Amino acid sequence: MSAPNRPQPLTPYLFLLPALLLFVVFSIYPFFLLTATSFLSWDGVFPKNPFENVQTFLQHAVGFQNYREIFAGDPVFWTSFVQAGTITLLALTLQNALALLLAIAVNRKLPGVGLYRTIFFLPPILSEIVVGLMWFWIYDGHFGILNEAIRWIGRTTGLAQLAGWRLAWLANPKTALLAVAIIHMWKGFGWGFVMFLAGLQTIPEELYEAARVDGASAWARFWHITRPLLVPVMVVVSILTVLGTMQIFALIIATTGGGPGYHTEVPITRIYQSMLGSSRFGYACAQGIVFGLTLLTVSLIQMRFQRRATS
Amino acid sequence: MSAAAITLWKQRAWRWLELGGWHALCLPVAISCLFPLLWMVSSSLKTQQSVFTDFRLIPLPLHLENYMRAWTQGRFGLYFLNSLFYTFVVVIGVVSLAAMAAYAFSRFTFRGSGWLYKLMLSTMLIPIPGAFVALYILLTRLGLVDQGGGEWLPRLGYLLPQINAGVPFGIFLLKPFFDKVPKELEESAKVDGCGAAGVFWYIMLPLARPALGVVALLTSLSAWNEFLLAYLVFSRHELMPLQRGLLAFHGTHLTEYPLLMAGMVISIVPIVLVYVVMQRYIVQGITAGAVKG
Repeated sequence: MSAPNRPQPLTPYLFLLPALLLFVVFSIYPFFLLTATSFLSWDGVFPKNPFENVQTFLQHAVGFQNYREIFAGDPVFWTSFVQAGTITLLALTLQNALALLLAIAVNRKLPGVGLYRTIFFLPPILSEIVVGLMWFWIYDGHFGILNEAIRWIGRTTGLAQLAGWRLAWLANPKTALLAVAIIHMWKGFGWGFVMFLAGLQTIPEELYEAARVDGASAWARFWHITRPLLVPVMVVVSILTVLGTMQIFALIIATTGGGPGYHTEVPITRIYQSMLGSSRFGYACAQGIVFGLTLLTVSLIQMRFQRRATS
Repeated sequence: MSAAAITLWKQRAWRWLELGGWHALCLPVAISCLFPLLWMVSSSLKTQQSVFTDFRLIPLPLHLENYMRAWTQGRFGLYFLNSLFYTFVVVIGVVSLAAMAAYAFSRFTFRGSGWLYKLMLSTMLIPIPGAFVALYILLTRLGLVDQGGGEWLPRLGYLLPQINAGVPFGIFLLKPFFDKVPKELEESAKVDGCGAAGVFWYIMLPLARPALGVVALLTSLSAWNEFLLAYLVFSRHELMPLQRGLLAFHGTHLTEYPLLMAGMVISIVPIVLVYVVMQRYIVQGITAGAVKG
């Protein structure tokens, strides 16, 4: 029998090689390409490939001009931040509060609990395109079921003013952003629900038993047991809610395309527009970097809050 | 009534009130989750005329022929098969690459293993929202964008970045599993003449089967629902997956709601079936990161 062969120093690299190869080509290299392109003025085609040599690169280089333009001359891009931020704030508060409330409701031995769990997580597994198109039809101004329901309620209750509530929800500048936010929250709350439920299930039942024996009210039990023990999950959920919502894209494409006007534009639709709409690849990359750094800052602030809350 | 009976009665009343309260909260939410889906199915069974006027949930007679028309005329059959193919390849790719990489990170110490592991996992948390612009430039340069040439290059351009994007999460789920496999098992296999590849194949993979299943499930969900990359890469209908095809259909046949809805139902049937059967494992995988903290 041969002596147990010592692992060759090359072995781990061989196992890692395929994943690493893809990682370098499709993650690392694009990252540098993104940074470099953000200093160029380039339409993607002409006059030359800027990455051929140093000279062609310098021919396209414009220094920080793209960045200057973002900060000085692109109000729509910043509006898109505010609009995505609005949806994010709604998601952080309404959506996550609902998710937590439902998780607490379902975290007990009640008849029907399993069914609720299955149903609440159904929207998150659907694609944004399907969800968007489905709601596009529900919101339709002429034939949508939402307006039909409003009409029916108006007729049965005799409230004539409800007739004024029948709108083209996604085409009306006043309602479009809210309508999109509602779709997004409808799709997203089940995900937070599942996270919170998993967090709740790690809290030992004995803690609640002991508190009950000591005569603590339901609210006291929530505030002094559930809340502190759930903080880590809350932080993860809120970070991922912010990242996920700020980068909303497919849902917008499937519903409003950013309209009416610019009323539902979000950062990614703007970046996409700069790239394939106006063929300004350099500018699109600079927008991507500004937006990425913003998101990173927000996440880091949230993580700092977590450290303070748990220490 | 005795005092004891009154307290008992009170307790029971509270219990019922609590029960009713929670159901009063959950039931409307559950209905609002299901209704849009039911309405989609219902609309898919109406005719081009009745879909605008018939507001019944069960629109008799059911126009099941919409599904045949969506499958053939609407090209959803084509999109469906494409999606099936892409999902299959991405799942195989992610599971095998992530398993091999996780094995390397778990069982070996080598130069750069620490920071390389962190670097790969950091892509899960650090957002690079503009990365798709650079990815598009790169794919164009490599000839992997659909510009009327051969059809396998754009398919590759759609598959490879997706596989790459799925690997870090796969490593994240699999490495702890490999870490738990006792060293003795590995040693005894080596005594029996197994090399590193043998240990990986005969010991690690079979023991990690549940985790591999979770990775495969989550990857298949995200591959089936992928949109942005398909939007960037494909321009020919023959190559499009369902999500891209749905949008293309919506763009060209704006008001043909019954067919669009039938196409949407076709697109969600596999995923809903997988979800209903595999729910536990999906939820397990999704919450793995958050609860571990």
